[in-house]
Amino acid sequence: MVNWNIILSIAKTHLLTKIKQTSIAALGVTFGIGSYITLVCFMTGLNTMLDDLILNQTPHIHIYNEIEPSEKQPISFYDNVKESFTVVHSIKPKLSQKKIHNGLPIINFLEKNENVRGALPQVKTQIFYRAGSIELAGNLTGINPLNEVELFNLGDYIVEGSAEALQNTDNSILLGIGIAKKMALKVGDRIQVSPINGGLFPLKIVGFYQSGVADLDAVQSFSNIKTVQRILGEANNYITDINVKLYDIEKAFPLAQNIQQQFNLKAVDIKTANAQFETGTDIRNLITYAVSITLLIVAGFGIYNILNMLIYEKMNDIAILKAIGFSGKDVQLIFMSQAMIIGFVGGILGLLIGYGLTSLIATVPFETEAIPTVETYPINIQPSFFIIGFSFAMLSTFLAGYLPSRKAKKIDPVTIIRGL
Amino acid sequence: MKTVLEAKHINKYFKNPILFHVLKDINFKVKKGEFASIMGKSGCGKSTLLYILSTMDTDYEGELYLDNNLITGSDNKHLSYMRNKHIGFVFQFHYLLSEFTILENVMLPAKKLGEKSLQEIEYDAMEKLKMLNIDHLAKKRASRVSGGEKQRVAIARALINNPSIIMGDEPTGNLDSHNAENVFNIFKQLSDEEDLSLLIVTHDEDFANKTDRIIQMEDGKIIR
Repeated sequence: MVNWNIILSIAKTHLLTKIKQTSIAALGVTFGIGSYITLVCFMTGLNTMLDDLILNQTPHIHIYNEIEPSEKQPISFYDNVKESFTVVHSIKPKLSQKKIHNGLPIINFLEKNENVRGALPQVKTQIFYRAGSIELAGNLTGINPLNEVELFNLGDYIVEGSAEALQNTDNSILLGIGIAKKMALKVGDRIQVSPINGGLFPLKIVGFYQSGVADLDAVQSFSNIKTVQRILGEANNYITDINVKLYDIEKAFPLAQNIQQQFNLKAVDIKTANAQFETGTDIRNLITYAVSITLLIVAGFGIYNILNMLIYEKMNDIAILKAIGFSGKDVQLIFMSQAMIIGFVGGILGLLIGYGLTSLIATVPFETEAIPTVETYPINIQPSFFIIGFSFAMLSTFLAGYLPSRKAKKIDPVTIIRGL
Repeated sequence: MKTVLEAKHINKYFKNPILFHVLKDINFKVKKGEFASIMGKSGCGKSTLLYILSTMDTDYEGELYLDNNLITGSDNKHLSYMRNKHIGFVFQFHYLLSEFTILENVMLPAKKLGEKSLQEIEYDAMEKLKMLNIDHLAKKRASRVSGGEKQRVAIARALINNPSIIMGDEPTGNLDSHNAENVFNIFKQLSDEEDLSLLIVTHDEDFANKTDRIIQMEDGKIIR
């Protein structure tokens, strides 16, 4: 039977009469939690932004025909040298077509898979942008603009014009902003492109593309898939790449393996393609948590110190409480509840400060060439951070309060009363 | 007459720094309404005995009965409860919680016991304070009243749960003669009018001589 009313009222009186120490202890927690919230929201915000920068435009599985040497050289089919050591010099890559054989049926097949959100065909080719006698080398990718916007956020990277215009206008091009700058072009102008095998095609500029990677923006342009097929003089089943987006990114690796075996194509999953990226994200998260936990541990030691001091000051009170019938557990609860009140108040304040700071940061302008869609610092406010922060505040104050309060529980009233 | 407190064959040793036999086979009873005092020289073990009787010290041999119930060997929780309900304490130093008001100090044991409503406890506490003529101090902080007044507050606090016995460890030791007289009169009155048992450890011979019975101790033994 624990009488919480009286325990809390004693705890409250202790805290209020030592309001300075109490507020310093609570402030320790406040700073710890506040900076945790700020850090984690800011860092994950940045992480998400950087992830998006790469991952949003990256297909979960990229399928294409790789130009590479045959794995099994003809000599190994020859039975006479089966058990011998063979050396083949100057291996050349196998001559094969760039196009994906049976591309459209493969897309249909993939779209029936329940894990697949969408599979989009692309036609990639090298072209020259021509301005008079000047030729600039570049890449032209034929896409289905509206589907790309839906699945790969192409819309975020169109700084002028729109994907709809690209879809609806025949012989149109979404020009990389680097090229536009070099050639002093604006939306509505025409640009001439020629494929490697010759010919000259005028295309209408319906928009500019800016990925944030300057080198890419200086070469990359997009056009309708049909337009590119026409430029290349190919039939409308000519597809060089298939980009697959999944519902669950974790399934990318096994599915890529399957596709590679089933269709004898190269299929690269996003994790393999961006392994170093994942590492960066992990390390940033690690740093965030290491710093936050350090802050909270420091705050915890603050509470530990202050409670320890309080217990030394209150030795007489503890003895008297025990003498008039409070059990050791009651006394422990009094000091535990003080710690928990400090943790609770400090934690809530910390959450508020953290929320305030992150909201403030979210309004600070952050404009960079590299990321056209971002105008202010990216902040990722998630309820789970607040829950974790608050739980950690309660946990650390619990631990910081536990040891001193156990000491209070064990104080022998007789020694104190006699000692005077 | 009913026995309130009984000690049977109590032995106590101090183990630090060397083994020392403090209390040697203590046997005695306190009856209901009896005002007893324990006298003896410093170091004869009278305070030690009082702390054993008060249930705060559990490290002893022998048996202790309160209202004819065996107390020895109970767990700490039960001992706390017994102290709370059946024993009232008055110490040499006044031992109030200095951050609380006089009234809150007096109410504290009753709140802990939790048998009455807050209003009843407050009413009882005011009654006790009135009885001891300190009701005008009720709202003052405990740290703001004089020594004699503090001791009366401590007595009021000891009385709040209507205990079976009041124990005092030199309750007048730190008071001037006027206040000591005052405290004695209060004890006497409680013994006579409320039929309360009192067991007071004292150095003060005048004080002891006025009590019903003197328990004289020497070298850890009761000699009279």
